[in-house]
Amino acid sequence: MTRFITSSFSHLILLIGILIMVVPVWMIFASSTHTSSMINMNGLQMFLGDSFYENYLRVLLYQGGFFKEITALKMFFNSFIMATGVAILSVVTSLMAAYALVYYRIKHATLLFWIIFITILVPLELRIFPTYSVMAELNLVNSYFGLIVPISASAIATLFFRQFYKTVPDELLESAKLDGANTWRFFVDFLIPLSKTMIVAMLIFMFVFGYNQYLWPLLVTTSEQYWTVVMGLKMMSGSIVHRFAFVIMSMVPPILIIIVLQKHFIKGVFQDK
Amino acid sequence: MKKVQFKSSYSQYLFLAPQLGILLIFLYWPIIQTFKDAFTMQDAFGFGATFVWFDNFLFIFDDPAYFIAFKFTIIYSFVITLITGSIGLLLAVQANNVMHGKSTYKTLLIWPYAIAPAVVGVMANYFFSERFGLLYHLFHDLWGFNWYESVFDSYIYVIIAGSWKQISANFIFFLAGLQAIQKSVIEASMIDCKNSFRRFWTITFPLLMPTTFFLIIINITYAFFDTFGIIDTTTIGAPSGETRTLVYKAYMDGFRGLDLGSAGAQSIMMMLIVLVITIFQFRYIEGKIHYN
Repeated sequence: MTRFITSSFSHLILLIGILIMVVPVWMIFASSTHTSSMINMNGLQMFLGDSFYENYLRVLLYQGGFFKEITALKMFFNSFIMATGVAILSVVTSLMAAYALVYYRIKHATLLFWIIFITILVPLELRIFPTYSVMAELNLVNSYFGLIVPISASAIATLFFRQFYKTVPDELLESAKLDGANTWRFFVDFLIPLSKTMIVAMLIFMFVFGYNQYLWPLLVTTSEQYWTVVMGLKMMSGSIVHRFAFVIMSMVPPILIIIVLQKHFIKGVFQDK
Repeated sequence: MKKVQFKSSYSQYLFLAPQLGILLIFLYWPIIQTFKDAFTMQDAFGFGATFVWFDNFLFIFDDPAYFIAFKFTIIYSFVITLITGSIGLLLAVQANNVMHGKSTYKTLLIWPYAIAPAVVGVMANYFFSERFGLLYHLFHDLWGFNWYESVFDSYIYVIIAGSWKQISANFIFFLAGLQAIQKSVIEASMIDCKNSFRRFWTITFPLLMPTTFFLIIINITYAFFDTFGIIDTTTIGAPSGETRTLVYKAYMDGFRGLDLGSAGAQSIMMMLIVLVITIFQFRYIEGKIHYN
């Protein structure tokens, strides 16, 4: 009986937690399927209306921005390029750097270690204007390269890969050497397959990180052609239901990725604990 | 370190080069520029800069707005850490307790983690707008809530907006921490201590210390840096600068005010704060935690 009571209590608490998470998003979604005059008269809605297709299609295809040069569809495309670029670039460079740090007897190893890891203490927000002037000097403002690379200058994934490599038994390299594998073959044929879970987790993490960037795209894109979804929220004009629809669409990609791939994500991040 | 390694050779630099190259050009170069900015002053037309020693730092210490932002950032980090940590822990403990539906609960509670802070801010906007914001009207009826004018009310606004998605992150890590505790430890404690409330605080919670500590750092970093998008889409500092974080103020001074010297000096002050927190983490707290 007490078992039943405590477990009902747990379920109750969890349900309240879920309601706190779901209700706000649901209300914006439900409201996004109504007409603007309905919202203006009656406020946010709890139940679905019947303007779903009309509102969402309009938002996706509407030419917005100051110069009417960009559609939400193009912003999604830009965000996708940026997030994928950040994920791949940061994961590949981190995999390689961590490999050199763990598997080589390097001169000045400690110095190199600090040069790489001290950067974790200096997030982009702390060097945003100088980074911008560097980008301007290199002529990289308004380019995908400019959106992607400064965000990828991060050693967080390197730290994770380094921790993981350290747990790989020494015998693996010994036997690989006996098989005649050189450094490149060992990295590609042995170590990368072994780190697959960790790689997937880091790709997901960095993709969401890249997709969710707000301040940097705001600064580095003066041409509407390179606007991303998250910064576009602030830039797009439109009536209230169109804004609701845009907000809802903007959160769909990262949420889908986290929900669909949550097992890989959680397994990868926590495997060394 | 590994006992078996490759001998140092040119190939190690091939592996290091991509990351080092990116860090040097897009991180170290801007950091050096930040220091340059912080110790120089641009002339009015942007043609040149003069070296002014610590003048930019003295200016920010003289600026009352800097201390307002400083105070807010400290309060904001503390409250967000406390709220998201305790709600995340409460939910994780319950999710770890239930026999059925554990993975469903997990899925339904972790997705807000993926939403961008700026998107959360825009959403919060709708709930705190004077026209049809449900929370605005609820709080207004309760105590005359008005974040346009009251500092306290604007704090409540940005704290709710800032905490919402971060509960998920705390939940994920606490749940993972709870699941990592060995069953035998919990079973043994069940024999020794019948009171489940006391059992939690004397056995389980101390075992969660590494997770708790890690989350404190994660939450502070979040409140310092990631909340930029939330502030910029909710109060924008309203009523009059009281809800600006240090990062937000530095950005505004550099961008709107075109005062790169001040923005640089403020950035360096923040680097120092982050450095102090990190040292504190390694020196003080790490030594006091018992890892299982």
